[in-house]
Amino acid sequence: MAEEKIGVYICHCGTNIGGKVDVEEVTKWAATQPNVAVAREYKYMCSDPGQDLIKNDIKELGITRAVVAACSPTMHEPTFRKAASDGGLNPYLLQMANIREHCSWVTIDPVAATAKAKRILSAQIHRLPLNEPLEPIEVPVNHDVLVVGGGIAGIEAALKLSATGKHVTLVERNPSIGGHMAMFDKTFPTLDCAACILTPKMSALGKDPNITLMAYSEVEYVEGYVGNFTVKVRKKARYVNTDICTGCGACQEACVVRKVKSEFDQGLGFRSAIYIPFAQAVPLRATIDPAKCLTLSKGKCKQQTCVSACGPGAIDFEQKDEVVELDVGAIIMATGFELWDAAQETRYGYGRLDNVITSLEFERISNASGPTGGEIVCKNGEAPKSVVILHCVGSRDQNYQEFCSRVCCMYSLKFSHLIKEHLPETEVYELYIDMRCFGKNYEEFYRRLMDEGVNFVRGRAAEVTDVALSPDEEGRLVVKTEDTLLGIVRRIPADMVILSAGLSPAHDAKEVSQIFGFGCSANGFYLERHPKLEPVATVTDGIFIAGCCQYPKDIPDTVAQAGAAAAGVLGLVDNDTVKVEPTISYIDPEKCSGCHICVGLCPHNAIQYNEEKNAAEVIEAACKGCGVCVSACGSNVPQQRGYLDVQIFAEIEGALAV
Amino acid sequence: MRYLYYPGCSAEATGKAYDISTRALMAKLGVELIELDDWNCCGATSYFSVRELDSFAIAARNLSIAQAQGDEDLVAICNACYTTLSKTNRYMAESDEVFKAVNGALGVVGRSYDGKKPVRHIMDVLINDVGLDAVADKVTRRLTGVKVAPYYGCQYSRPMGTFDDTEFPTTMDSLFKALGAEVVDYPSKLKCCGGLMMMTKEEGALRMCHELLKTAADKNADVIVAACPLCEMNLEAYQPRVNSTFGTNFKIPVMYFTQLAGLAFGVEPKKLAIDLQLVSCDDVLAAIPA
Repeated sequence: MAEEKIGVYICHCGTNIGGKVDVEEVTKWAATQPNVAVAREYKYMCSDPGQDLIKNDIKELGITRAVVAACSPTMHEPTFRKAASDGGLNPYLLQMANIREHCSWVTIDPVAATAKAKRILSAQIHRLPLNEPLEPIEVPVNHDVLVVGGGIAGIEAALKLSATGKHVTLVERNPSIGGHMAMFDKTFPTLDCAACILTPKMSALGKDPNITLMAYSEVEYVEGYVGNFTVKVRKKARYVNTDICTGCGACQEACVVRKVKSEFDQGLGFRSAIYIPFAQAVPLRATIDPAKCLTLSKGKCKQQTCVSACGPGAIDFEQKDEVVELDVGAIIMATGFELWDAAQETRYGYGRLDNVITSLEFERISNASGPTGGEIVCKNGEAPKSVVILHCVGSRDQNYQEFCSRVCCMYSLKFSHLIKEHLPETEVYELYIDMRCFGKNYEEFYRRLMDEGVNFVRGRAAEVTDVALSPDEEGRLVVKTEDTLLGIVRRIPADMVILSAGLSPAHDAKEVSQIFGFGCSANGFYLERHPKLEPVATVTDGIFIAGCCQYPKDIPDTVAQAGAAAAGVLGLVDNDTVKVEPTISYIDPEKCSGCHICVGLCPHNAIQYNEEKNAAEVIEAACKGCGVCVSACGSNVPQQRGYLDVQIFAEIEGALAV
Repeated sequence: MRYLYYPGCSAEATGKAYDISTRALMAKLGVELIELDDWNCCGATSYFSVRELDSFAIAARNLSIAQAQGDEDLVAICNACYTTLSKTNRYMAESDEVFKAVNGALGVVGRSYDGKKPVRHIMDVLINDVGLDAVADKVTRRLTGVKVAPYYGCQYSRPMGTFDDTEFPTTMDSLFKALGAEVVDYPSKLKCCGGLMMMTKEEGALRMCHELLKTAADKNADVIVAACPLCEMNLEAYQPRVNSTFGTNFKIPVMYFTQLAGLAFGVEPKKLAIDLQLVSCDDVLAAIPA
């Protein structure tokens, strides 16, 4: 061990590290440490000349171990291990010492930062002689893909992958795919009809031989690893045999329970207990709502009109949920968003004052297939003479969601246009903080709406009230706001107030992300691997994200991201094998007493009991290197490669030696 | 149930009826109120706007006495007292600087304060400690048919919203519903009454009172119930001035919520100081079924 030659490479990372840590001092100090043959500093170690330092030292100085003191291993460990490998050194003989995220970025005092950098580096210098060369494990890749969520993001990703010949299973929680986009009337700024551009894709997906559509289903359990996931999907009982249902809709016409608030129409319209959510639904199949169906909820529906109305006899009250197991190589999460609950902002009276509606409700009201047949009317059936649209409801608000929801300015402009188109005499007001019209042709659309006569008032509404202070306000709503450009407080009478509510993470985004084994950002949306360079990957290899589950975005961005996720998946599942990290655990059968403790604890079912040897053994391809068995064993038998006890203790000794 | 009780300055003058009716109501409900020893002004309104730190110190003196006097929570009846005392706790917890300055000031009079005495609004006690079920059980004269406009006032739940929604509180609504009254939808419930502006810029304050009175009249309220002495005074005492300014003819009874609630529990009007009200409450008294 004493003859090991360690090379130490310390990165300035521009001023990220060099601005705080005295790199020169650390370099001089490192050169004096045990086994260190050479210590070098460089402005950007990750650059080609920086990497060359390591490669050359391996070749010319015969370095046998290396440590790079730079950023987090999640950032550049692969870069430097590749450099070591190119230089002829086993990549697992190179360690990272994180002196950026763990030191320079989080330490105020330069002297303390320099001392801490030495400590972090010392830990690695002490452990390096104990490192063992390891070889990556190569495992086969399943070529099939799972897409979770059937909105525009999931649809787009599935179609893209299918076009390359891959088999895709798309799981959607609701009875039909289509997501939020299917509810919209027009799309900004081009004013294409949302249905016209979405339904061809939905229909294509439904007919695609490479795509298995599992609507009204939810993923319950995921195990495995990149290239080899096993997924359990619960197919919820529709109480309708979808193989013989033709989607004719006769059952929903016949059903006696007709006043169930339609989810698709945002509760503004009604559906029956047995229903097809909307005319273009894919799959076009009926579903029984078990909470509303008299037979299923109360056990008594004398007439059972749906049964007699159904020609093919598809109704099956005995149907049960079914759990289906799938094997896939990669997963795309496209689980979307939920509209922020506007009732929380009590000042605006949503749920208390008639004619205060949410943006999604307005989408349905303005939609020709919606509950009013596309007529823009108030609750009393009359056309509004004045409509006020409040921006940033729940968004850009420290009390609720601090972030900008990115789409509300633009959809509000679209609403104004639709109102002006339907009702040219109606006054429309948009109360905004800032107009954020950032996309292609967006600013031009804003300009167009100004020309159409919409009143843009810069100010956040203080409240919506029905207290009238003048004859013009009697019997109407009044929006109170500061007009920050005029410097006055205004009372704007209105017959309809639209709350442009922000986009929120799905209520169960956190639980879902845990099922799949990745995380959420502080704002609740799925966390990408890198905000700029890996926006569609997650920390779990083989799982990608697309659309609003990552962060609010408009349709063009969602579609682009879906394509990027599909490309990421293809780069993986198009191969026959994938290399996985060898830092997994192993069990010495001679030492194992066969107590079974680790077998039950392993979260990945990667340990099995070998009766012949009376010992536990690790299934290498399934082990993810989490370390649970290592810490659980009473006899200290399982050991994790790359994280051996002796290596960890050496690190601790090193950290304490400075 | 025992509480330390902080009446506040108004309780000895314009808001006397609030103090008297609170004591009578709480006695009827079996809640013991122990008046805070040697209390002083809470530090409200003018202090806060002009010399914030002085205001914290004045409030903290009361809180420090309360801490020494007993383990019970300190209860305030006035919205401004409640907010000022709570705010002092919050600022002392959030700012070392305020904590040190306040204790420096208290040190001069040989006191200290850790910023941790719980401060409660009397409504919070009624709703959450006594409880609406217990309240409903003890009603002897249900307020059936009495149309009540619950007026919370601006500092009832703002800025902290500790026991009710910050921007649209409903606790007083539920109290009077439990007492059998017909609670009218009163969307101006949290609007400012004009406060001390009545002294400095009367026309502005009168406009604000006008809005509050007009809304109550539009909603056909028989009575406005208030939870703050200043709100109560502005709405009641300035009705003639509002009428002459805006050409209206309001004669709307304004009561402390403790007065009307006291009637529902069978406390005699005299013990609730209803005779001190400026706008006659006779119609309200007559409207309550025997």
